[in-house]
Amino acid sequence: MSRIATRFAALRKEGRGAFIPFLEAFDPDRATSQAILDGMPAAGADLIEIGMPFSDPMADGPIIQEAGQRALKAGATLAGTLAMVRAFRARDGATPVILMGYLNPILAYGEARFCTDAAEAGVDGLIIVDLPPEEADLLAADAARAGLAIIRLVAPTTDAKRLPHVLDGAGGFVYYVSITGITGTRSAAIADLAAAMPPIRRATDLPIAIGFGVKTPAQAAEAVGIADAAVVASALIETLAASLENGRAGPDTVARVLDQVRAIARAIREVRR
Amino acid sequence: MSGEELPRERLIVTHFANSLRTGPDARGRFGSFGGRFVAETLMPLILEVEAAYRAARDDPGFQVELDRYLRDYVGRPSPLWPAERLSAALGGAKIYLKREDLNHTGAHKINSCMGQILLARRMGKTRIIAETGAGQHGVATATVCALFGLPCTIYMGAVDVERQKPNVFRMQLLGAEVRPVTSGAATLKDAMNEALRDWVAHVADTYYLIGTVAGPHPYPMMVRDFQSVIGTETRAQILAAEGRLPDAAIACVGGGSNAMGLFHTFLDDEAVRLIGVEAAGRGLDTNEHAASLERGRPGVLHGNRTYLLQSADGQIEEAHSISAGLDYPGIGPEHAFLFETGRVEYVGVTDDEALAAFQLCTRSEGIIPALETAHALAYLTTLAPEIGPGGVIVVNLSGRGDKDIFTVARHLKSGSPGGADLGEIL
Ligand SMILES: Cc1ncc(COP(=O)(O)O)c(C=O)c1O
Repeated sequence: MSRIATRFAALRKEGRGAFIPFLEAFDPDRATSQAILDGMPAAGADLIEIGMPFSDPMADGPIIQEAGQRALKAGATLAGTLAMVRAFRARDGATPVILMGYLNPILAYGEARFCTDAAEAGVDGLIIVDLPPEEADLLAADAARAGLAIIRLVAPTTDAKRLPHVLDGAGGFVYYVSITGITGTRSAAIADLAAAMPPIRRATDLPIAIGFGVKTPAQAAEAVGIADAAVVASALIETLAASLENGRAGPDTVARVLDQVRAIARAIREVRR
Repeated sequence: MSGEELPRERLIVTHFANSLRTGPDARGRFGSFGGRFVAETLMPLILEVEAAYRAARDDPGFQVELDRYLRDYVGRPSPLWPAERLSAALGGAKIYLKREDLNHTGAHKINSCMGQILLARRMGKTRIIAETGAGQHGVATATVCALFGLPCTIYMGAVDVERQKPNVFRMQLLGAEVRPVTSGAATLKDAMNEALRDWVAHVADTYYLIGTVAGPHPYPMMVRDFQSVIGTETRAQILAAEGRLPDAAIACVGGGSNAMGLFHTFLDDEAVRLIGVEAAGRGLDTNEHAASLERGRPGVLHGNRTYLLQSADGQIEEAHSISAGLDYPGIGPEHAFLFETGRVEYVGVTDDEALAAFQLCTRSEGIIPALETAHALAYLTTLAPEIGPGGVIVVNLSGRGDKDIFTVARHLKSGSPGGADLGEIL
């Protein structure tokens, strides 16, 4: 069984939902982001999502845009991001790692070589924002061969008719984009989220994670009350950004981000399922 | 990616054997270029735009309505002007100028805006957004929105807001909200990112009126179709004037809409050379140009696979051109296809060459061209003697240059020949 499936199965047995914190690789520098990544499991991360910096992140709001800019300035590359995962895997063989980003850097790296290298580094799944099902064949065979799950995004605009098409070829879990909008802006109403789940449940057995607009421990707890996992990204990056001194990591950058991870993880663990 | 692996010769043979005018395929691909690389949130909307466009295209009533607006509001057909003094000055082929600068709002951009606003209305959309570089597309969009009473928001790089002030003011007068974009290089690419972000957040009521033959399918096809009126008219006009097709047709290429509009009708006429002029900025061998085809590599940006200026790591690089409308690190996917098949020749013209052509056209024909257009005109210095007397060249005079006079004055002041007197005035 894959690391992702194993982790979700274990959590189901425990009777609780999963917490998926996000960090942007190399933000604000490689060593700091490695320290945050390495510290996340002990702080309560069940799975980890790592952003692959891109110059033109179309689906992201200012918070993640700026994280990407800081990361690129600090020398982020795909190879560097994979090296971070490799270092993480030397200490943690169980926590699933998902890479999230945009297609172009992967094409520049070479999609076949990227899938091979990512799997070898210990990556478990990919979320590629600008690779909808209509274009998925570009990467599907390479990812399958390497054993990487392609995690599909489902949006509020995805209607019931389209849903089976979106889920065809989906692996790992389903990522429900909770708002029509970019990251780090609005939050969805819990009633809307609850109403969005049943059609997806009917269409797939994969776990469902809710992301975009999940910011506070309370919102994360609500999300795992109706779905299987909550992704928190912009809120953690906001904390990181606030801890910087002249654009550089401050003395407590790592600690502040991990404290927030801990607080959200605690709230999620209190929700019995 | 099959397109890259095929040797060029084979591509030419396979495609010429049929027709180059049939693209894109059902997935929105021109060869291996194009497609629909957008986030899932937008995907249903893109499919809706495509279905609505296909329905409109098949509805004779739509074309009748569009034709009326093009004739009575835009002022079509635009004339094909034999530029005798310019031809004489360049000493070679006879040059004709397709006068898109005489359209209402002063550029070809309105052709596609007119088509798209009618489509948006058919779709029941109540708000329009657009990106703009030089501001010509923004002005054209703001204009059709004023005509139909629709609110519109125009995204424009903060750098472009500075260098195209007159157009910013025009858009505001027309009732548009101009939002300066400060992310990235603060030019056209960033304006397009921001427009896409707006669209994701307002999918229910908003239509994104893209200004060139780029973006996800169906935009490259749809904008080309709306701009093809340029080539269709040109073909009839040159046949009437010369009794034959031209030896060459030439246009500047930013995203590539005025060029596709001119070229499309001639794609299967093998005797007609088609030449797209990219902005070479400070030189093709500097890092400051916008020559996506001549210096870029295939990749994915803004919803389609095409040639892009990018780093070895696939980060998009900043383009440079004196002309804001060409200052884009990508190009429409159909151009990428025509480049790889070899059907269209793509060449580069520098900022300085464009400035010289700007002055030559102004003084020999009494027509102030847009700086974008001046790139196409500049290549005539090479092409007119090459084709020679007896030959015929058609140039797409894509827009007028009133918006550029301050930029030109600033550059002439700083030293180009013939510019001192102009520079003094300003
Ligand atoms: C007059 C004029 N010509 C050409 C262009 C370049 O666009 P495209 O390549 O889509 O024709 C612009 C863009 O702003 C323009 O204003």
